[in-house]
Amino acid sequence: MTALDRAVRRWGRLLVGLPPYAWLVVFFLVPFLIVIKISLSQAIMGIPPYTPLLEWGEDAVLTIRIALGSFGTLFGDELYAFAYLNSLRLAAIATFCCLLLGYPAAYAIARSSHSVRNLLLLLVALPFWTSFLIRVYAWIGILKTEGLLNGLLLWLGVIDTPLQILETDLAVLIGMVYSYLPFMVLPLFATLEKMDMSLLEAAADLGCRPFQAFISVTLPLSMPGIVAGSLLVFIPAVGEFVIPDLLGGPDTLMIGKILWAEFFDNRDWPVASAVAVAMLVLLVVPVMIFQRLQGQATEGTR
Amino acid sequence: MSTGWGRNRALALYGLLSLAYAFLYVPIVVMIIYSFNASRLVTVWGGFSFKWYGELLQDEKVLDAAWLSLQVAFANATIATILGTLAAVVLVRFRRFRGRTLFTGMIAAPLVMPEIITGLAMLLLFVAMEQAIGWPQGRSMTTIVIAHVTFSLSFVTVVVQSRLAQMDASLEEAAMDLGARPAKVFLVITLPIIAPALLAGWLLAFTLSIDDVVISAFVSGPGASPLPIVIFSKVRLGVSPEINALATIVVALVGVAMAIAGRVMLSRDRDERHRPTVTSPQPV
Repeated sequence: MTALDRAVRRWGRLLVGLPPYAWLVVFFLVPFLIVIKISLSQAIMGIPPYTPLLEWGEDAVLTIRIALGSFGTLFGDELYAFAYLNSLRLAAIATFCCLLLGYPAAYAIARSSHSVRNLLLLLVALPFWTSFLIRVYAWIGILKTEGLLNGLLLWLGVIDTPLQILETDLAVLIGMVYSYLPFMVLPLFATLEKMDMSLLEAAADLGCRPFQAFISVTLPLSMPGIVAGSLLVFIPAVGEFVIPDLLGGPDTLMIGKILWAEFFDNRDWPVASAVAVAMLVLLVVPVMIFQRLQGQATEGTR
Repeated sequence: MSTGWGRNRALALYGLLSLAYAFLYVPIVVMIIYSFNASRLVTVWGGFSFKWYGELLQDEKVLDAAWLSLQVAFANATIATILGTLAAVVLVRFRRFRGRTLFTGMIAAPLVMPEIITGLAMLLLFVAMEQAIGWPQGRSMTTIVIAHVTFSLSFVTVVVQSRLAQMDASLEEAAMDLGARPAKVFLVITLPIIAPALLAGWLLAFTLSIDDVVISAFVSGPGASPLPIVIFSKVRLGVSPEINALATIVVALVGVAMAIAGRVMLSRDRDERHRPTVTSPQPV
C-alpha cells in the first residue's frame, strides 16, 4: 500500500465517521453539558430565563457564578425525594411484572416451531410500531370508573361498587407493563433462542428434573437477556411522563411529571435542569451497564 | 419434545403466551370497536356509525398537524438512516479508532435515555445556540427534525449494524482484490446486501418520529405542533370518540406499512436463500 493509498483510506474513514460522530457530539453530548450548566444558574425573568454562569466583567475579568439554589430546592423539599423514590419503586415493580409475564412468553416463542416463530415475534413487535400515546390512551376507557373493566366486573358480580383504578399507582403500573412488555420479550427471546438445547438433554440424562434443569441451566444462561430486557424497561420507566400523566392521579408523584411541571408550568428552567441532573445521577449506573452490554453485543457480532 | 417437558407444561406455557398477547391486543381492539360507536359515551353502544371519522376529516387543526408530522417523519427517517448507516459502518468495519468508547456510548445512551431528559437537553441547546449564533430561530420544523434524528439514529444504527455484522465480508474483499475502490465496493456490493436493514431502519425511524410526544413537546413551537402533541392535548381532557377514530386510522396505516415491509423483507430473504452462494464453497 502506497502512502497515497493510506492517506486516501484515512480520509475516507474520516469522511464516513465524521458526520454521525459530529452530530452526536453536537446534538447529544453538548446538550447534557448545557443542562448541567443551567442547573447551576438562577432563575430570572427574561429571555432566556436563567442567569449566565460565565460573564466577562468590565476589565475582561471572567467571573463564574455558581448558584446551588436549585439543588438546595431539591434537597430541601421532601416532595422531590418522595417523587424519586416513588419513580424507582414503580419502575422496579413494572420491570419485575414484565419479567414474570415476558419470560414465559419469550420461552414459548423460542421453543415454538420455525413456521410460527416469525409470526409470534411479529405479534410481539407490532404494538411497538403503533403509537405509544394511543396505546396508553386506550387504557383510559378500560380503567376509568364507568369504564369497561368495572362494567365487566359488575356484570360478573365480582364487585358491587365500581373500583377506582384510573388515577392510581396501579393504573400507572398497568400502563408501564403494557407499554414496555415488548422491550422485555425481544432480548429474552434473543438469548433463549441461541441456547444450546443439548445442555438440557444432558441435564435430563443425568437425572435432573425439568424444573431443576430450568433453574440450574436455562435461567443462568438467559441472564444476559434478563439484564438487557430489565434495563430496557427500568431506565425509561423511571423517567416516564406520559403514562403517569394520563393514567395516574394528581397525587401520583413521579420524577418525569415533576420535571415537566417545573419546566412548563413554573417556567423554572434551573430547577427543571437540576431535576434532570439528579435523575441522570440516579440512572448513570444502569445506563453504563446497558452500554457495556451493547458494546459486548457489538464485539460479539463481529 | 425431546427436552422432556410434558404436555401439561407446554399447555401452561402457551396459556401464558396467549395471556401476554391478549394483554397486548385487547386494549387496541376495544378502541377500534368503540371508534365506530354512534354514542359519545364510552360504555354505551349506540349503534354502528362512521360519524366520528367524518368529524375528524373536518378538523383542520388535526389535518395540519398530521401533515406536519408526516413531513417531519419523512425528513427524520431519511437523515437518520444515512447517519445511522454511516455509524453502523464505523462500528462494524473500523475496529480501532480514537474515541470509540465515547462513540459506542453515544449510540447506546439514546436507546434507553428517558425522553424527558433528552427533550429538555435539546431545547436548552437550541436556546443557547440561538443566543450564540442566531440559529435556529425559535422552534420550528427544523428543530423537531434535529431532535428526532438525534434519538432515532441510534435505533437505525442497531438495526443496520446487526445486518452488516452478519454479512459475508469476503464479498467486499473479493471486489477490492479485483481493484474496486472502497466507495464503489460499498455502493455496488455492501449497500444492496444491507438494503432490507436500511428499509427496516427507515421505517423504525419514521414510526419513532410520528409517535413521539415528549421530545416534540419541548422542541416544537406554537406554529408547529405535530400530531402527537395535538392528540396529547385532547387526550388529557379525557376519552373522546374522535380520538378513537384517529387512533384507528393510525393503527390501520401502521398495519398496512408493516405488512408491506414484512412482505418485501420476506421475499428478499427467500431470494437470498435460493441464490447459490459463491462465498461458502460446498465440499465436493
